[in-house]
Amino acid sequence: MSEVPKELKYTESHEWVRVEEDGTVTVGITDHAQEKLGDLVFVELPDEGDPLNVEDTCGVVESVKAASDLFSPIAGEVIENNASLTDEPELINKSPYGDGWLFKIKPAKDSGLEKLLTAEQYTETIAEEE
Amino acid sequence: MGKKTPLYNKHLEKNAKMVDFGGWDMPLHYGSQINEHHQVRRDAGVFDVSHMTVIDLNGQRVREFLRYLLANDVGRLKKTGKALYSCMLNEQGGVIDDLIVYFQEETQFRLVVNAATHDKDIAWITQQAKAFAIQIRERDDLAMLAVQGPQTREKVKPLLPGNLQTSAMALAPFHASWNNDEIFVARTGYTGEEGFEMILPAQHAPDWWDALLAAGVLPVGLAARDTLRLEAGMNLYGADMDENYSPLESGLGWTVAFKPEDRDFIGRSALQAQKNQRTHQIMVGLVLREKGVLRAHQTVSVEGGGEGHITSGTFSPTCGFSIAFARLPAGVHEQATVTIRNKQLPAQVVKPPFVRHGKTCIDL
Repeated sequence: MSEVPKELKYTESHEWVRVEEDGTVTVGITDHAQEKLGDLVFVELPDEGDPLNVEDTCGVVESVKAASDLFSPIAGEVIENNASLTDEPELINKSPYGDGWLFKIKPAKDSGLEKLLTAEQYTETIAEEE
Repeated sequence: MGKKTPLYNKHLEKNAKMVDFGGWDMPLHYGSQINEHHQVRRDAGVFDVSHMTVIDLNGQRVREFLRYLLANDVGRLKKTGKALYSCMLNEQGGVIDDLIVYFQEETQFRLVVNAATHDKDIAWITQQAKAFAIQIRERDDLAMLAVQGPQTREKVKPLLPGNLQTSAMALAPFHASWNNDEIFVARTGYTGEEGFEMILPAQHAPDWWDALLAAGVLPVGLAARDTLRLEAGMNLYGADMDENYSPLESGLGWTVAFKPEDRDFIGRSALQAQKNQRTHQIMVGLVLREKGVLRAHQTVSVEGGGEGHITSGTFSPTCGFSIAFARLPAGVHEQATVTIRNKQLPAQVVKPPFVRHGKTCIDL
Protein backbone atom coordinates (compact mmCIF):
# COMPACT_ATOMS: atom_id res chain seq x y z
CA MET A 1 0.00 0.00 0.00
CA SER A 2 1.11 3.55 -0.61
CA GLU A 3 2.92 5.51 2.02
CA VAL A 4 1.16 8.40 3.85
CA PRO A 5 3.61 10.01 6.32
CA LYS A 6 1.87 11.06 9.53
CA GLU A 7 3.62 14.43 9.88
CA LEU A 8 2.42 15.84 6.52
CA LYS A 9 -0.80 17.56 5.43
CA TYR A 10 -2.69 16.61 2.27
CA THR A 11 -5.20 17.75 -0.34
CA GLU A 12 -7.95 15.75 -2.00
CA SER A 13 -6.11 16.34 -5.29
CA HIS A 14 -3.16 14.31 -3.92
CA GLU A 15 -0.63 17.02 -3.08
CA TRP A 16 1.27 16.81 0.19
CA VAL A 17 2.47 19.75 2.28
CA ARG A 18 5.28 19.96 4.81
CA VAL A 19 5.71 22.99 7.09
CA GLU A 20 9.45 23.58 7.49
CA GLU A 21 11.16 24.97 10.58
CA ASP A 22 11.56 28.42 8.96
CA GLY A 23 7.80 28.63 8.32
CA THR A 24 8.02 27.97 4.57
CA VAL A 25 6.00 25.16 3.05
CA THR A 26 7.21 22.38 0.73
CA VAL A 27 4.74 20.81 -1.73
CA GLY A 28 4.82 17.53 -3.63
CA ILE A 29 2.52 14.80 -4.90
CA THR A 30 1.76 11.75 -2.80
CA ASP A 31 3.06 8.24 -3.18
CA HIS A 32 -0.49 7.21 -4.08
CA ALA A 33 -0.58 9.81 -6.89
CA GLN A 34 2.77 8.81 -8.40
CA GLU A 35 1.75 5.16 -8.29
CA LYS A 36 -1.52 5.91 -10.10
CA LEU A 37 0.22 8.01 -12.74
CA GLY A 38 3.07 5.57 -13.37
CA ASP A 39 6.41 6.68 -14.86
CA LEU A 40 6.55 10.48 -15.01
CA VAL A 41 8.06 12.08 -18.12
CA PHE A 42 7.35 15.84 -17.92
CA VAL A 43 6.81 18.29 -15.12
CA GLU A 44 5.71 21.93 -15.37
CA LEU A 45 6.14 23.86 -12.14
CA PRO A 46 5.23 27.37 -10.97
CA ASP A 47 8.10 29.88 -11.08
CA GLU A 48 9.76 31.69 -8.22
CA GLY A 49 7.70 34.77 -7.37
CA ASP A 50 4.40 33.40 -8.66
CA PRO A 51 1.53 34.31 -6.34
CA LEU A 52 -0.81 31.39 -5.68
CA ASN A 53 -4.27 31.08 -4.21
CA VAL A 54 -5.77 27.92 -2.78
CA GLU A 55 -6.63 25.46 -5.54
CA ASP A 56 -5.01 27.55 -8.29
CA THR A 57 -3.86 25.39 -11.19
CA CYS A 58 -0.12 25.89 -10.93
CA GLY A 59 1.49 23.18 -13.01
CA VAL A 60 1.25 19.78 -14.64
CA VAL A 61 2.77 16.40 -13.97
CA GLU A 62 2.65 14.14 -16.98
CA SER A 63 3.33 10.41 -17.13
CA VAL A 64 3.50 8.03 -20.06
CA LYS A 65 -0.11 7.22 -19.21
CA ALA A 66 -1.76 10.54 -18.29
CA ALA A 67 -1.42 14.26 -17.58
CA SER A 68 -2.52 15.61 -14.24
CA ASP A 69 -2.88 19.24 -13.13
CA LEU A 70 -1.19 20.47 -9.98
CA PHE A 71 -3.28 22.56 -7.60
CA SER A 72 -1.83 24.87 -5.01
CA PRO A 73 -2.66 23.50 -1.56
CA ILE A 74 -2.37 26.91 0.10
CA ALA A 75 -2.14 30.63 -0.66
CA GLY A 76 1.28 32.30 -0.80
CA GLU A 77 4.24 33.07 -3.01
CA VAL A 78 6.46 30.53 -4.73
CA ILE A 79 10.03 30.86 -3.44
CA GLU A 80 11.66 27.92 -5.21
CA ASN A 81 10.88 25.06 -7.56
CA ASN A 82 12.68 21.76 -7.88
CA ALA A 83 14.78 22.38 -10.99
CA SER A 84 16.23 18.86 -11.04
CA LEU A 85 12.81 17.52 -12.05
CA THR A 86 13.22 19.00 -15.53
CA ASP A 87 15.85 16.38 -16.35
CA GLU A 88 14.82 13.75 -13.84
CA PRO A 89 11.04 13.65 -13.49
CA GLU A 90 11.46 10.05 -12.30
CA LEU A 91 12.63 11.45 -8.95
CA ILE A 92 8.93 11.85 -8.19
CA ASN A 93 8.41 8.11 -8.70
CA LYS A 94 11.51 7.19 -6.73
CA SER A 95 11.10 9.57 -3.82
CA PRO A 96 7.75 11.40 -3.79
CA TYR A 97 8.29 12.80 -0.26
CA GLY A 98 12.03 13.47 -0.64
CA ASP A 99 14.01 14.36 -3.77
CA GLY A 100 10.78 14.43 -5.77
CA TRP A 101 9.39 17.54 -4.03
CA LEU A 102 7.85 20.08 -6.45
CA PHE A 103 8.00 23.64 -5.09
CA LYS A 104 8.23 25.75 -1.95
CA ILE A 105 5.82 28.46 -0.86
CA LYS A 106 6.05 31.33 1.58
CA PRO A 107 2.52 31.18 3.04
CA ALA A 108 0.22 34.23 2.94
CA LYS A 109 -1.52 35.39 6.10
CA ASP A 110 -4.67 33.42 5.42
CA SER A 111 -2.90 30.59 3.71
CA GLY A 112 -5.60 27.98 4.31
CA LEU A 113 -3.00 25.65 5.81
CA GLU A 114 -5.29 24.64 8.68
CA LYS A 115 -7.94 23.41 6.24
CA LEU A 116 -5.75 20.70 4.73
CA LEU A 117 -6.35 17.01 5.39
CA THR A 118 -4.53 15.08 8.07
CA ALA A 119 -2.76 11.83 7.19
CA GLU A 120 -5.73 9.86 8.59
CA GLN A 121 -8.23 11.86 6.53
CA TYR A 122 -6.17 11.48 3.37
CA THR A 123 -5.81 7.73 3.93
CA GLU A 124 -9.61 7.54 4.07
CA THR A 125 -9.91 9.58 0.87
CA ILE A 126 -7.71 7.21 -1.12
CA ALA A 127 -9.37 4.15 0.42
CA GLU A 128 -12.73 5.42 -0.90
CA GLU A 129 -11.20 5.84 -4.37
CA GLU A 130 -10.18 2.20 -4.58
CA MET B 1 -12.94 -10.95 -12.21
CA GLY B 2 -11.59 -11.44 -15.67
CA LYS B 3 -10.18 -14.51 -17.38
CA LYS B 4 -6.75 -15.62 -16.26
CA THR B 5 -3.87 -16.86 -18.38
CA PRO B 6 -1.79 -19.86 -17.19
CA LEU B 7 0.78 -17.29 -16.01
CA TYR B 8 -1.56 -15.27 -13.78
CA ASN B 9 0.15 -16.42 -10.56
CA LYS B 10 3.58 -15.79 -12.09
CA HIS B 11 2.59 -12.15 -12.66
CA LEU B 12 1.46 -11.77 -9.07
CA GLU B 13 4.75 -13.29 -7.88
CA LYS B 14 6.51 -10.49 -9.78
CA ASN B 15 4.28 -7.83 -8.19
CA ALA B 16 2.57 -6.97 -11.46
CA LYS B 17 -0.04 -4.26 -11.50
CA MET B 18 -2.94 -6.15 -13.07
CA VAL B 19 -5.57 -4.55 -15.32
CA ASP B 20 -8.51 -5.67 -17.38
CA PHE B 21 -7.67 -6.07 -21.06
CA GLY B 22 -10.39 -7.42 -23.33
CA GLY B 23 -11.91 -9.36 -20.44
CA TRP B 24 -8.57 -10.76 -19.23
CA ASP B 25 -6.62 -9.91 -16.08
CA MET B 26 -3.28 -8.91 -17.56
CA PRO B 27 -0.06 -7.35 -16.25
CA LEU B 28 0.19 -3.62 -17.01
CA HIS B 29 3.71 -3.35 -15.61
CA TYR B 30 5.93 -4.92 -12.97
CA GLY B 31 7.12 -1.64 -11.45
CA SER B 32 8.30 0.67 -14.23
CA GLN B 33 6.98 0.56 -17.77
CA ILE B 34 9.89 2.70 -18.98
CA ASN B 35 12.49 0.30 -17.58
CA GLU B 36 10.62 -2.60 -19.20
CA HIS B 37 10.55 -0.71 -22.50
CA HIS B 38 14.33 -0.17 -22.42
CA GLN B 39 14.85 -3.81 -21.43
CA VAL B 40 13.26 -4.89 -24.72
CA ARG B 41 15.18 -2.32 -26.80
CA ARG B 42 18.54 -3.13 -25.19
CA ASP B 43 18.38 -6.74 -23.97
CA ALA B 44 15.40 -9.12 -23.86
CA GLY B 45 11.96 -9.17 -22.29
CA VAL B 46 9.06 -11.61 -22.17
CA PHE B 47 5.38 -10.78 -22.59
CA ASP B 48 2.55 -13.10 -21.63
CA VAL B 49 0.28 -12.88 -24.67
CA SER B 50 -1.75 -15.97 -23.84
CA HIS B 51 -4.91 -13.86 -23.97
CA MET B 52 -4.57 -13.77 -27.76
CA THR B 53 -6.65 -16.27 -29.69
CA VAL B 54 -5.01 -19.11 -31.62
CA ILE B 55 -7.25 -20.72 -34.21
CA ASP B 56 -6.30 -23.75 -36.31
CA LEU B 57 -8.11 -24.11 -39.60
CA ASN B 58 -8.18 -27.48 -41.34
CA GLY B 59 -9.67 -28.63 -44.60
CA GLN B 60 -8.98 -29.39 -48.24
CA ARG B 61 -10.07 -25.87 -49.22
CA VAL B 62 -8.46 -23.92 -46.40
CA ARG B 63 -6.11 -21.89 -48.63
CA GLU B 64 -8.95 -21.02 -50.97
CA PHE B 65 -11.04 -19.98 -47.96
CA LEU B 66 -8.33 -17.72 -46.54
CA ARG B 67 -7.77 -16.09 -49.91
CA TYR B 68 -11.45 -15.09 -49.74
CA LEU B 69 -11.52 -14.21 -46.01
CA LEU B 70 -8.43 -11.99 -45.85
CA ALA B 71 -7.40 -8.76 -47.58
CA ASN B 72 -3.79 -9.87 -47.91
CA ASP B 73 -3.19 -12.83 -50.23
CA VAL B 74 -2.50 -16.18 -48.58
CA GLY B 75 -1.54 -17.32 -52.07
CA ARG B 76 1.80 -15.64 -51.29
CA LEU B 77 2.52 -18.27 -48.64
CA LYS B 78 4.43 -20.89 -50.60
CA LYS B 79 6.95 -22.13 -48.06
CA THR B 80 5.88 -24.16 -45.02
CA GLY B 81 6.07 -22.00 -41.91
CA LYS B 82 5.76 -18.67 -43.72
CA ALA B 83 3.62 -16.05 -41.97
CA LEU B 84 1.53 -13.19 -43.31
CA TYR B 85 0.03 -10.14 -41.60
CA SER B 86 -3.47 -9.29 -42.82
CA CYS B 87 -6.69 -7.46 -42.08
CA MET B 88 -9.99 -9.32 -42.02
CA LEU B 89 -12.61 -7.02 -43.51
CA ASN B 90 -16.38 -6.74 -43.64
CA GLU B 91 -18.20 -6.14 -46.94
CA GLN B 92 -17.87 -2.35 -46.46
CA GLY B 93 -14.08 -2.66 -46.19
CA GLY B 94 -14.05 -1.95 -42.44
CA VAL B 95 -11.49 -3.83 -40.38
CA ILE B 96 -13.02 -6.61 -38.24
CA ASP B 97 -9.58 -7.51 -36.92
CA ASP B 98 -5.91 -7.70 -37.85
CA LEU B 99 -4.14 -11.04 -37.54
CA ILE B 100 -1.20 -13.20 -38.45
CA VAL B 101 -1.73 -16.33 -40.51
CA TYR B 102 0.85 -19.15 -40.63
CA PHE B 103 1.01 -21.73 -43.42
CA GLN B 104 1.65 -25.08 -41.77
CA GLU B 105 0.38 -27.62 -44.30
CA GLU B 106 -1.77 -27.37 -47.41
CA THR B 107 -4.69 -28.54 -45.23
CA GLN B 108 -3.74 -26.58 -42.07
CA PHE B 109 -3.23 -22.88 -41.42
CA ARG B 110 -2.93 -21.24 -38.02
CA LEU B 111 -4.40 -17.82 -37.20
CA VAL B 112 -3.50 -15.58 -34.25
CA VAL B 113 -6.15 -12.92 -33.65
CA ASN B 114 -6.73 -10.31 -30.95
CA ALA B 115 -8.22 -11.05 -27.54
CA ALA B 116 -10.75 -8.20 -27.38
CA THR B 117 -12.26 -9.22 -30.74
CA HIS B 118 -12.43 -12.94 -29.92
CA ASP B 119 -16.21 -13.43 -30.04
CA LYS B 120 -16.92 -11.52 -33.22
CA ASP B 121 -13.89 -13.04 -34.97
CA ILE B 122 -14.97 -16.60 -34.21
CA ALA B 123 -18.55 -15.81 -35.27
CA TRP B 124 -17.43 -14.19 -38.54
CA ILE B 125 -14.93 -16.89 -39.47
CA THR B 126 -17.43 -19.64 -38.65
CA GLN B 127 -20.09 -17.99 -40.79
CA GLN B 128 -17.77 -17.43 -43.76
CA ALA B 129 -16.22 -20.91 -43.50
CA LYS B 130 -19.50 -22.78 -43.95
CA ALA B 131 -19.33 -22.86 -47.73
CA PHE B 132 -15.75 -24.20 -47.63
CA ALA B 133 -16.21 -27.14 -45.23
CA ILE B 134 -13.47 -25.88 -42.90
CA GLN B 135 -12.82 -27.32 -39.49
CA ILE B 136 -12.25 -24.49 -36.98
CA ARG B 137 -10.43 -25.36 -33.82
CA GLU B 138 -9.87 -22.71 -31.16
CA ARG B 139 -6.71 -23.59 -29.25
CA ASP B 140 -7.49 -22.45 -25.71
CA ASP B 141 -5.29 -25.33 -24.57
CA LEU B 142 -2.26 -23.30 -25.67
CA ALA B 143 -0.37 -20.40 -24.12
CA MET B 144 1.64 -17.78 -25.95
CA LEU B 145 4.85 -16.02 -24.93
CA ALA B 146 6.56 -13.25 -26.86
CA VAL B 147 10.28 -12.94 -26.17
CA GLN B 148 11.61 -9.74 -27.73
CA GLY B 149 14.86 -7.83 -27.78
CA PRO B 150 18.35 -8.00 -29.31
CA GLN B 151 19.49 -10.72 -26.85
CA THR B 152 16.47 -12.97 -27.48
CA ARG B 153 18.13 -15.52 -29.73
CA GLU B 154 21.10 -16.04 -27.48
CA LYS B 155 18.93 -16.43 -24.38
CA VAL B 156 16.20 -18.62 -25.88
CA LYS B 157 18.43 -20.99 -27.84
CA PRO B 158 19.61 -23.19 -24.95
CA LEU B 159 16.02 -23.54 -23.69
CA LEU B 160 14.66 -25.02 -26.91
CA PRO B 161 14.34 -28.79 -27.34
CA GLY B 162 17.23 -30.21 -29.38
CA ASN B 163 15.13 -31.16 -32.37
CA LEU B 164 13.85 -27.59 -32.71
CA GLN B 165 16.97 -25.62 -31.87
CA THR B 166 18.58 -25.67 -35.31
CA SER B 167 15.43 -24.90 -37.25
CA ALA B 168 14.34 -22.12 -34.87
CA MET B 169 17.74 -20.43 -35.03
CA ALA B 170 17.69 -20.66 -38.82
CA LEU B 171 14.27 -18.99 -39.16
CA ALA B 172 14.04 -16.02 -41.50
CA PRO B 173 11.91 -13.09 -40.30
CA PHE B 174 8.18 -13.86 -40.43
CA HIS B 175 8.69 -17.62 -40.50
CA ALA B 176 7.77 -20.28 -37.97
CA SER B 177 9.01 -23.73 -37.04
CA TRP B 178 7.37 -26.28 -34.73
CA ASN B 179 7.68 -29.58 -33.05
CA ASN B 180 4.15 -31.04 -33.24
CA ASP B 181 2.20 -29.40 -30.45
CA GLU B 182 5.06 -29.26 -28.02
CA ILE B 183 6.24 -25.86 -29.15
CA PHE B 184 5.65 -23.54 -32.10
CA VAL B 185 8.30 -20.83 -32.55
CA ALA B 186 7.78 -17.88 -34.89
CA ARG B 187 10.23 -15.08 -35.67
CA THR B 188 7.53 -12.45 -35.29
CA GLY B 189 6.61 -9.82 -32.74
CA TYR B 190 5.02 -6.50 -31.89
CA THR B 191 8.03 -4.43 -30.83
CA GLY B 192 10.17 -3.93 -33.94
CA GLU B 193 13.01 -5.84 -32.27
CA GLU B 194 14.46 -9.22 -32.97
CA GLY B 195 12.42 -11.89 -31.21
CA PHE B 196 10.26 -14.97 -31.08
CA GLU B 197 6.62 -15.62 -30.40
CA MET B 198 6.19 -19.07 -28.89
CA ILE B 199 2.96 -21.03 -28.74
CA LEU B 200 3.03 -23.98 -26.35
CA PRO B 201 0.77 -26.14 -24.16
CA ALA B 202 -0.76 -24.09 -21.32
CA GLN B 203 0.54 -26.49 -18.66
CA HIS B 204 4.15 -25.89 -19.82
CA ALA B 205 3.87 -22.10 -19.73
CA PRO B 206 4.88 -21.58 -16.06
CA ASP B 207 8.05 -23.67 -16.52
CA TRP B 208 8.94 -21.74 -19.66
CA TRP B 209 8.36 -18.48 -17.82
CA ASP B 210 10.68 -19.55 -14.99
CA ALA B 211 13.34 -20.75 -17.43
CA LEU B 212 13.26 -17.49 -19.37
CA LEU B 213 13.54 -15.40 -16.22
CA ALA B 214 16.40 -17.61 -15.02
CA ALA B 215 18.13 -16.91 -18.37
CA GLY B 216 17.96 -13.16 -17.67
CA VAL B 217 14.87 -12.33 -19.71
CA LEU B 218 12.74 -9.86 -17.71
CA PRO B 219 8.93 -9.71 -17.64
CA VAL B 220 7.35 -6.85 -19.60
CA GLY B 221 3.76 -5.64 -19.26
CA LEU B 222 1.11 -4.31 -21.61
CA ALA B 223 2.04 -0.68 -20.93
CA ALA B 224 5.51 -1.15 -22.43
CA ARG B 225 4.02 -3.33 -25.18
CA ASP B 226 2.03 -0.27 -26.26
CA THR B 227 4.96 2.16 -26.32
CA LEU B 228 7.17 -0.41 -28.10
CA ARG B 229 4.66 -1.15 -30.85
CA LEU B 230 3.92 2.54 -31.39
CA GLU B 231 7.64 3.34 -31.76
CA ALA B 232 7.86 0.43 -34.22
CA GLY B 233 5.01 1.94 -36.27
CA MET B 234 2.57 -0.91 -35.63
CA ASN B 235 -1.17 -0.41 -35.36
CA LEU B 236 -3.33 -1.37 -32.40
CA TYR B 237 -6.77 -2.74 -33.16
CA GLY B 238 -9.54 -0.68 -31.57
CA ALA B 239 -7.33 2.43 -31.45
CA ASP B 240 -5.79 2.84 -34.92
CA MET B 241 -8.37 0.84 -36.84
CA ASP B 242 -11.80 -0.67 -36.37
CA GLU B 243 -14.88 -1.51 -38.42
CA ASN B 244 -15.51 2.15 -39.25
CA TYR B 245 -12.26 2.52 -41.17
CA SER B 246 -10.67 0.63 -44.03
CA PRO B 247 -7.01 -0.44 -44.14
CA LEU B 248 -6.40 2.45 -46.59
CA GLU B 249 -7.53 4.90 -43.90
CA SER B 250 -5.46 3.13 -41.26
CA GLY B 251 -1.98 3.14 -42.80
CA LEU B 252 -2.40 -0.49 -43.84
CA GLY B 253 -2.75 -0.12 -47.60
CA TRP B 254 0.47 -2.16 -47.92
CA THR B 255 -1.30 -5.19 -46.45
CA VAL B 256 -4.04 -5.23 -49.06
CA ALA B 257 -3.28 -7.41 -52.09
CA PHE B 258 -5.26 -5.98 -55.02
CA LYS B 259 -3.27 -8.26 -57.32
CA PRO B 260 -4.07 -10.73 -58.76
CA GLU B 261 -7.13 -8.87 -59.92
CA ASP B 262 -9.27 -11.98 -60.19
CA ARG B 263 -8.95 -12.81 -56.49
CA ASP B 264 -12.25 -12.02 -54.81
CA PHE B 265 -11.96 -11.21 -51.12
CA ILE B 266 -14.45 -9.82 -48.63
CA GLY B 267 -14.42 -6.01 -48.81
CA ARG B 268 -12.61 -5.86 -52.15
CA SER B 269 -15.16 -3.84 -54.11
CA ALA B 270 -15.54 -1.27 -51.32
CA LEU B 271 -11.75 -0.87 -51.05
CA GLN B 272 -11.32 -0.64 -54.82
CA ALA B 273 -13.90 2.15 -54.98
CA GLN B 274 -12.23 4.00 -52.12
CA LYS B 275 -8.81 3.59 -53.72
CA ASN B 276 -10.02 4.92 -57.08
CA GLN B 277 -11.63 7.99 -55.50
CA ARG B 278 -8.38 9.00 -53.77
CA THR B 279 -10.18 11.20 -51.27
CA HIS B 280 -10.03 8.90 -48.27
CA GLN B 281 -8.34 9.91 -45.02
CA ILE B 282 -4.77 8.85 -44.38
CA MET B 283 -2.74 7.75 -41.40
CA VAL B 284 0.49 9.58 -40.59
CA GLY B 285 3.05 9.70 -37.82
CA LEU B 286 3.42 12.80 -35.66
CA VAL B 287 6.35 14.01 -33.60
CA LEU B 288 6.12 16.64 -30.88
CA ARG B 289 9.37 18.30 -29.90
CA GLU B 290 7.80 20.57 -27.27
CA LYS B 291 7.06 19.53 -23.72
CA GLY B 292 3.88 17.53 -23.62
CA VAL B 293 2.47 14.21 -24.70
CA LEU B 294 0.38 13.45 -27.76
CA ARG B 295 -2.57 11.28 -26.77
CA ALA B 296 -5.46 9.54 -28.49
CA HIS B 297 -8.43 11.73 -29.48
CA GLN B 298 -6.52 15.04 -29.48
CA THR B 299 -7.49 17.23 -32.42
CA VAL B 300 -4.93 17.77 -35.18
CA SER B 301 -5.29 20.57 -37.75
CA VAL B 302 -3.34 20.82 -40.98
CA GLU B 303 -2.55 23.69 -43.34
CA GLY B 304 -5.51 24.44 -45.56
CA GLY B 305 -8.00 24.02 -42.74
CA GLY B 306 -8.48 20.26 -42.54
CA GLU B 307 -8.79 18.49 -39.25
CA GLY B 308 -8.18 15.00 -37.92
CA HIS B 309 -7.48 13.14 -34.70
CA ILE B 310 -4.73 11.26 -32.96
CA THR B 311 -5.54 7.55 -32.79
CA SER B 312 -2.60 6.52 -30.56
CA GLY B 313 -0.06 8.70 -28.84
CA THR B 314 2.52 8.37 -26.14
CA PHE B 315 5.79 9.59 -24.75
CA SER B 316 8.46 7.59 -26.56
CA PRO B 317 11.06 6.31 -24.08
CA THR B 318 13.56 5.62 -26.88
CA CYS B 319 13.20 8.99 -28.65
CA GLY B 320 12.76 11.07 -25.49
CA PHE B 321 9.80 12.98 -26.93
CA SER B 322 6.21 12.30 -27.82
CA ILE B 323 5.08 10.38 -30.91
CA ALA B 324 1.68 9.50 -32.33
CA PHE B 325 -0.40 8.16 -35.18
CA ALA B 326 -3.05 10.52 -36.54
CA ARG B 327 -5.80 10.07 -39.10
CA LEU B 328 -5.84 13.18 -41.30
CA PRO B 329 -7.61 14.41 -44.43
CA ALA B 330 -6.16 13.25 -47.78
CA GLY B 331 -3.14 15.26 -48.93
CA VAL B 332 0.55 15.78 -48.38
CA HIS B 333 1.19 17.20 -44.92
CA GLU B 334 4.45 18.34 -43.37
CA GLN B 335 3.33 20.29 -40.37
CA ALA B 336 0.31 19.96 -38.13
CA THR B 337 -1.02 21.70 -35.04
CA VAL B 338 -2.19 19.64 -32.12
CA THR B 339 -4.45 20.93 -29.39
CA ILE B 340 -3.16 19.68 -26.06
CA ARG B 341 -4.88 20.83 -22.90
CA ASN B 342 -6.09 24.05 -24.58
CA LYS B 343 -2.64 24.82 -26.01
CA GLN B 344 -1.85 24.75 -29.74
CA LEU B 345 1.48 23.02 -30.33
CA PRO B 346 3.30 22.43 -33.63
CA ALA B 347 3.92 18.79 -34.58
CA GLN B 348 5.94 17.42 -37.46
CA VAL B 349 4.35 14.90 -39.82
CA VAL B 350 6.59 11.86 -40.36
CA LYS B 351 6.45 8.38 -41.81
CA PRO B 352 6.53 5.63 -39.14
CA PRO B 353 8.36 3.64 -37.81
CA PHE B 354 9.86 6.03 -35.28
CA VAL B 355 12.42 3.55 -33.94
CA ARG B 356 14.37 0.79 -35.62
CA HIS B 357 16.96 -1.55 -34.04
CA GLY B 358 16.78 0.30 -30.75
CA LYS B 359 17.44 3.78 -32.25
CA THR B 360 15.35 6.73 -33.38
CA CYS B 361 15.05 6.46 -37.18
CA ILE B 362 12.98 9.47 -38.25
CA ASP B 363 14.41 12.55 -39.95
CA LEU B 364 13.86 15.57 -37.77
